[in-house]
Amino acid sequence: MESIQQQFVEIFGTEWGSMLFSLATNMTFIFAIVVPLLLGVAYLTFAERKIIAYMQIRVGPNRVTFFGIPWLRGWGQPIADAVKAIMKEIVIPTGANKFLFILAPVLTIMPALAAWAVIPFSPELILADINAGLLYILAMTSMGIYGIIIAGWASNSKYAFLGAMRSAAQVVSYELAMGFALVCVLMMSQSLNLGDIVNGQQGNSFLNWYLIPLFPMFLVYLISGVAETNRAPFDVAEGESEIVAGFHVDYSGMAFTVFFLAEYSNMILVATLTSIMFLGGWLPPVDIAPFTLIPGIIWLLLKIAFILFFFLWFRATFPRYRYDQIMRLGWKIFIPITLVWIVLLGSIMQLPESIRNTFPLNIWF
Amino acid sequence: MNFQDILFYIFSAILVASALGVITVRNPVNSALLLVLAFVTCAGLWLLLEAEFLAIALVLVYVGAVMVLFLFVVMMLDINLDRLREGFWKWFPFGATIALIIVAEISMVLMGKYFGLEEMPTPRPHDADYSNTRELGRLIYTEYVYAFELAAVLLLVAMVAAIALTLRHREDKRSPNPSKQVKVRKEDRLRIVTMPAEKKE
Repeated sequence: MESIQQQFVEIFGTEWGSMLFSLATNMTFIFAIVVPLLLGVAYLTFAERKIIAYMQIRVGPNRVTFFGIPWLRGWGQPIADAVKAIMKEIVIPTGANKFLFILAPVLTIMPALAAWAVIPFSPELILADINAGLLYILAMTSMGIYGIIIAGWASNSKYAFLGAMRSAAQVVSYELAMGFALVCVLMMSQSLNLGDIVNGQQGNSFLNWYLIPLFPMFLVYLISGVAETNRAPFDVAEGESEIVAGFHVDYSGMAFTVFFLAEYSNMILVATLTSIMFLGGWLPPVDIAPFTLIPGIIWLLLKIAFILFFFLWFRATFPRYRYDQIMRLGWKIFIPITLVWIVLLGSIMQLPESIRNTFPLNIWF
Repeated sequence: MNFQDILFYIFSAILVASALGVITVRNPVNSALLLVLAFVTCAGLWLLLEAEFLAIALVLVYVGAVMVLFLFVVMMLDINLDRLREGFWKWFPFGATIALIIVAEISMVLMGKYFGLEEMPTPRPHDADYSNTRELGRLIYTEYVYAFELAAVLLLVAMVAAIALTLRHREDKRSPNPSKQVKVRKEDRLRIVTMPAEKKE
């Protein structure tokens, strides 16, 4: 590492050399995050189809394989799908606003990938260890909605526009509940840095994870996350049976696939954030020998997979919510619950030390 | 010129161009989107000034929530552009006066030399572990707590007023009550009748 930096300084001079060196290392780290992420997205679609298939007593994709190996049947499916999407033509409707029509998928995938910059994968493995990590995540996820609205408007189609309107109202409402749930997390951890949030959950076992004192917030965050990513049962923005395919009805080929990639990488992002903020991130569930030997990133990946399974399970289980029910759930149930919990948490934090020590199970601090 | 200066000039060029675009572009949706671009580049400028909390809050509040709703409204409005431009010359003197006042105010700020702005010491960059958020929170909740509470009350009053102005109690509206729906039991809705099997003719 040092010698490469020396090389850069020799070639470009002291000021620009170190600048270009940090640019190059950051680019490498970005690729190291994005490439596995997109592979994960590809295989998440495969996992989704397989898991939902078994839940519905079907088999799911079981044909495409690599090099004719029989026990890999189905595992080639995501690759085949990607190749198909690249080959297809991108049709631009005649009445569409061409510039915004092309821009919309870009605006959807940009925040979905940019948010990964501050995610800590293990104590050392993090691209940008910034102080305001949690705020940055909130800001990035709130920008994802633009792609959907612009796609709906630029398509110049009524179905697409209806999908965009539904999605805009839904995402803005659930963002509030999500933000309040995260306020509880940062009150517990007293830090906006995601690494510090995980370190705040350090203890002997999973009893120290924020999952237990903040259990209602965990539920609120997870369900708002499902709504925020426009996944079933909150997928009114797409609603195949009502408005065809919602905001991306006019998109085809790779332009459609980019929306698809953004949706799935947002799903993985919400699962990652849930495991970092409520399930202890890279910490093992119990701090004894066989568990502590496993590296932290494996624990994090296991937790992410566990939460992602819930996403798929929801989709296989619940029918789509009606629009007014979605709004009622967001505004009349989640936001009051989170507000009550913030007040409760604040008053427990203000209790004198002596009273707090008499609690039967000291999970709070 | 170092890397930060280049970033500053890129951001400010985009900011000025997009702000001009907001008022010159014909299509209201395009100008709303340009306003979003202006906010984002402005957040970039604030990040260069080490005001990361304000920058992210700007993106979170204005870009993530306010402008989404604004776009939502602008897209649904059916704006007749010709009618908008009708009164241009009638209102021109009024607009020009306001523009002149704004120009005068900006030039007062820009004439910093006159007010001795340059006698201030150059601000020193903070360490990497300096938390902007913590400092801001400490100031807001200790020194400026009354002003902060006052602003909060103002916002609350505005919110209540907005709801009170638009809330209508409609008599003809029928909305389902989910808690009642959940409480329904089989006996309330379903009657099971036993019938003897009929013979097929």
